[in-house]
Amino acid sequence: MVVLWTDALIFVLLLGMIVLSVYMLRNPRMSRPLRQIGTSKTGMVSLTVLLFFVAVGLLDSMHFHSKDSNEIVSVLDQWLSPIRLHGEKTYSAPFAAHLFGKELMVLEDGSPVWAYPRLQYGGAHLDDPESELFYDVLMKASIGFIKSAIPAAIVLVLLVQRLRRRQNALISQASVKAVAWTVFWIVTVCGTLLELSSYYHVLGTDKVGEDVLYQAIKSIRTGLVIGTLTTLIMLPLAIVFGILAGFFRGWVDDTIQYLYTTLNSIPSVLLIAASILVVQVYMAKNEEQFTSLIVRADMRLLFLCIILGVTNWTGLCRMLRAETLKLREMEYVQAASALGVRRRIILFRHILPNVMHIVLISVVLDFSSLVLAEAVLSYINIGVDPTTHSWGNMINGARLEMAREPVVWWSLAASFLFMFTLVLAANLFADSVRDAFDPRRMG
Amino acid sequence: MNRSPVLEVKNLTVKFGPDNPVVDTIGFEVHAGETFAIVGESGSGKSITALSVLRLLPVNASVNADEINLNGVDLLRKAEYELCKIRGRRVALIFQDPMSSLNPVMTVGEQIAEVLKLHFSMTKQAIRQRVIELLTRVEIPEPEKRVGEYPHQLSGGQRQRVMIAIALAGEPDLLIADEPTTALDVTIQAQILALLKAIQNKTGMALWLISHDLALVSTMADRIAVMQNGKIVETGRSASIFQNPTHPYTRKLLDALPSMDSCLGHKREQKPPLLKIDDFKVYYPIRKGIFKRVVGHVRAVDGVGFEIEHGKTLALVGESGCGKTTLGKALLNLIPAYSGRVVMDGIELHKLTGEALRRKRADIQIVFQDPFSSMNPRMLVSEIIDEGIRALYPKVGAVDRYARVVELLERVDLPPDSAHRYPHEFSGGQRQRICIARALAVQPKMIVCDEPTSALDVSVQAQIIELLKDLQKEQGVSYLFITHDLGVVAEIADEVAVMYRGKIVEHGEVEQVLLNPKNTYTRELLAAVPRLQNKDV
Amino acid sequence: MIQYIIRRILYAFPLLLGVNILTFVLFFVVNSPEDMARMQLGHKHVTEQAVENWKQQRGYHLPLLWNAEASGTSKITETIFFQKSAGLFWFDFGISDSDRRNIGADIKQRMWPSLAVALPTLLLGLITNICVALLMVLFRRSYLEFGGIVLCVVLMSVSSLFYIIGGQFFIGKVLKLVPISGYDGGFQALKFIVLPIVIGVISGIGSGARWYRTLFLEEVEKDYVRTARAKGLSETQVLFRHVLKNAMIPILTGVVVVLPLLFMGSLIMESFFSIPGLGSYTIDAINSQDFAIVRSMVFLGSVLYIVGLLLTDISYTLVDPRVRLS
Repeated sequence: MVVLWTDALIFVLLLGMIVLSVYMLRNPRMSRPLRQIGTSKTGMVSLTVLLFFVAVGLLDSMHFHSKDSNEIVSVLDQWLSPIRLHGEKTYSAPFAAHLFGKELMVLEDGSPVWAYPRLQYGGAHLDDPESELFYDVLMKASIGFIKSAIPAAIVLVLLVQRLRRRQNALISQASVKAVAWTVFWIVTVCGTLLELSSYYHVLGTDKVGEDVLYQAIKSIRTGLVIGTLTTLIMLPLAIVFGILAGFFRGWVDDTIQYLYTTLNSIPSVLLIAASILVVQVYMAKNEEQFTSLIVRADMRLLFLCIILGVTNWTGLCRMLRAETLKLREMEYVQAASALGVRRRIILFRHILPNVMHIVLISVVLDFSSLVLAEAVLSYINIGVDPTTHSWGNMINGARLEMAREPVVWWSLAASFLFMFTLVLAANLFADSVRDAFDPRRMG
Repeated sequence: MNRSPVLEVKNLTVKFGPDNPVVDTIGFEVHAGETFAIVGESGSGKSITALSVLRLLPVNASVNADEINLNGVDLLRKAEYELCKIRGRRVALIFQDPMSSLNPVMTVGEQIAEVLKLHFSMTKQAIRQRVIELLTRVEIPEPEKRVGEYPHQLSGGQRQRVMIAIALAGEPDLLIADEPTTALDVTIQAQILALLKAIQNKTGMALWLISHDLALVSTMADRIAVMQNGKIVETGRSASIFQNPTHPYTRKLLDALPSMDSCLGHKREQKPPLLKIDDFKVYYPIRKGIFKRVVGHVRAVDGVGFEIEHGKTLALVGESGCGKTTLGKALLNLIPAYSGRVVMDGIELHKLTGEALRRKRADIQIVFQDPFSSMNPRMLVSEIIDEGIRALYPKVGAVDRYARVVELLERVDLPPDSAHRYPHEFSGGQRQRICIARALAVQPKMIVCDEPTSALDVSVQAQIIELLKDLQKEQGVSYLFITHDLGVVAEIADEVAVMYRGKIVEHGEVEQVLLNPKNTYTRELLAAVPRLQNKDV
Repeated sequence: MIQYIIRRILYAFPLLLGVNILTFVLFFVVNSPEDMARMQLGHKHVTEQAVENWKQQRGYHLPLLWNAEASGTSKITETIFFQKSAGLFWFDFGISDSDRRNIGADIKQRMWPSLAVALPTLLLGLITNICVALLMVLFRRSYLEFGGIVLCVVLMSVSSLFYIIGGQFFIGKVLKLVPISGYDGGFQALKFIVLPIVIGVISGIGSGARWYRTLFLEEVEKDYVRTARAKGLSETQVLFRHVLKNAMIPILTGVVVVLPLLFMGSLIMESFFSIPGLGSYTIDAINSQDFAIVRSMVFLGSVLYIVGLLLTDISYTLVDPRVRLS
């Protein structure tokens, strides 16, 4: 068992989220907004998709030393071993049985030819790819679909039946049905892909022959880590500073305002770039601290989250300050001070709970923008470590191949597909969270 | 007066979604030259009725009626663009809050001219001429100058006058006034009402007044319809309704109405003073210049002094902005005072700081106007009520605290199981009861009541006043009762202090101040209060 | 008003000083010039002498804050802080680390191409977003609005990188309408900047139109809109004469704050389209780890942001009659 820094933080975060959800489910005040999310079909479907991504990310966050190669691998790696280890030499198109480029090959009789060599793994079981490939793919896909669809359908039907009988008030019947369909499709698509992946490279291979589907799946964790850990770092800063500035005003307010205006005035990309450069120098200087490549990449990922968090807290802080300024003039706060309640208790009892909806909304909204930001930063080389799997790195690697004829499009397509799904789900979920929790949108 | 009706509504029903109708099969007529009033408490559907006639409701409202006839034209069969020609031209509307009803980034002149441009073909010169004429007609001083000003530069009364000018610009046959004076002070209210009357007399247009204020309606209306829960329960001539109300709801409304005469017969006995304030000042600094130096002060409360006796009520009366709320909050040390002495039971309250001040806070408590913002929406009623006990008497155990909460709830006539509910589950009047219980929890000697009844309907208002009086009798608590409503003053106060621009201009026994005022401002104030016209005393 | 502006300008100094100190700490305290030299020269096989020379040539051999060896005022002036950080206050950016070019001259030359792309993108984007948002509000509670919202969310969920790659691929490569990348002086530049502008506008529609829609909807709910309807104005007249005018206040002031920053250009846009602006300048500096340029750009960005804040406040007084600065 190896626990990387980000792993540990992810599980801390997970714990926090579980505690928060339990609290929200128990608190009767929360039942109205939660029920509103529960009746929103888009909200629940996107939540399901998000949870699927989270599950993949969590599996990818449990690392251990592999027995056979002494590498650090994750549970997900173990599961995906076939795709992870079936590397080719270089580019190959999706479902291809041959390499993308021609190579000089020596035939059995010793004469050299300029031709497309067969892949080592992709479609290797076929004797004559030209004629068999299409039907074989169809065949394998149907097998995978049926293998996963039947158990999924049985389990889901039973579950939905039970839920229907229990009259669950939090989620509407329509949402339950939509969620069940979503789960069904996720499971069957995964099953089909897994079945196909043991025979083909479903999304092709990249320059060094690594399976693109594997890369895209591995990138999920990176996206999630950036989207969530950054928030974990940003939240305490924003909440503490925002509330203190709004509540105490005077010099505290002046100082905090000065602090965030200063930070805000530096263009964030440049601040991130500057900090990453500094981190790079630091890591180059203390190379001996990082025992392996993966630890080093993980450190950089963590630093990136910290830097993003430090540059991102100002927006939320300003919102919280404004809200606290409003709240401290509220009559119930005044009534509390008239009752002799101490100021720090007023902060915790009256101010903090009443700004939490803003925090919640902004956390969910920020998530998607952070995932998108990762891609851009990685493209400018100030994002995650080049050895880390991330959608940004995939785009960055594939971008230069756009000029090739015919185009190497699959890396881009894969990262687009995965990123778009995650961000769209996050955006839709953010919308329903906002509709449910923003008091201005109620009624 | 058997003229043909300007507006005739038959079986109007308005629904929002699948819920119960907000307006439920009502019918009425408004005749030319008359003032017709719809009276009702909040939520009775009276404003919705007015908006539905002109199809101004949001899209999710469904309006059904047999007929909505305006001068013989059925509005229901008109297309939207045809209605646009009627709105503002044949029927004009004025609303409650003139500040928010005027476009903040357009000048007053532009907003009036807009109606003229829309409904008449006039030259630019003529439009300007007409705008100034209209402003003169609504008695706005210096109309040439006001034309180019923005709404925020005008006073509340002037803004409502501009709204009236906009309404008059189309020379309408019917003017709908939806709570036209509710957001205004009494003296301004009297002026606006007089203006409306005068204009009506001159033009002969029909006036449809919508109000919650029975007294106001009795001074204005020829015919009245009383509305309750979306239904018209009683219609009739003004005089007959006030003299012989047939429907029990109307009777209840009339009985609940506070009357100035109830101050008669207050017995006066000397008691030792509980609170004495002297030369009390609350100033807000005005900062100017590059370094924001303090160059002067806004004198919100400017040298006020009075005494409150044990178990007595002093009513602090004044119009908005006179400094009465500031004074109340400064007494509780919620706002820093500039100077002055506040002595309670021999202790100078404003000399206390830190822990000593905190301990002494139990003695004065406050009840606010808005029952919706005065309780933390995320706390249970039991937590809200025992907050003070927890803060000031930390040694009291949970069981005792809970017993006290139940006792307090019973005292304010709420069921004990309210303790486990959240504030949003209660109505306005019930919330106000919870607020009173919260204040009582720490056994204060005095409670500052800051307009505690202004946000409530008349019938609920009467109940709260009754409760406050009972509590005073039982527990001997004193009240500083801050209000703008002179009717309520008569019901509850022993003494009255009238405040004007940060100073107390008249102070005395309630009977003497209300019935025999010395100060001119007090007299003006009293004269402006609408009274029931035909009620037998 | 003038007093207010003076106060705001005075307030800018502590802010810039803060920025300056922050960058100083990041670049000189957390990492010594020694580290930078080694990074530039390559890590392993570099002699002490080479490092010393490198520092000497770029003025990094001086002490950080206090030069004990010098005399008089040069105890302060002969230091890295004074020469490298304080100089920024009078826009003396110094020379770049990698090729020792004058940064100030480079900035002056490169800001115009940046502006040529960024300004039209901003303005066209503003107009497009407002039009889309107005349409959605005009047809609110209809399928058109629903479709618009869905489209906005979908557009928002696509990474800007894909807009650029997709645009370059389809318009530049497949349709061959404009060159894929490059830049030229004068009017020749037009054909090069069209594509980045179009892509910039499209990639902004999703979030922009959605944001404006909420602004418009907030205004539509207000009481004065009801008054306007009661006057007899039609729905479109209400929207254009009243709602738009009020909603433009937050929109315009939001635009004003970024106006000065347009000089800085867009990082990825310029690097994808090889436009020789400040954005690509910054990226090149980051990639070649040229600390001097990054430091200058950080400072320049902050100055422009603070100017933007000041302009925002002033523009408020111009468009909103309710605001008086004091």
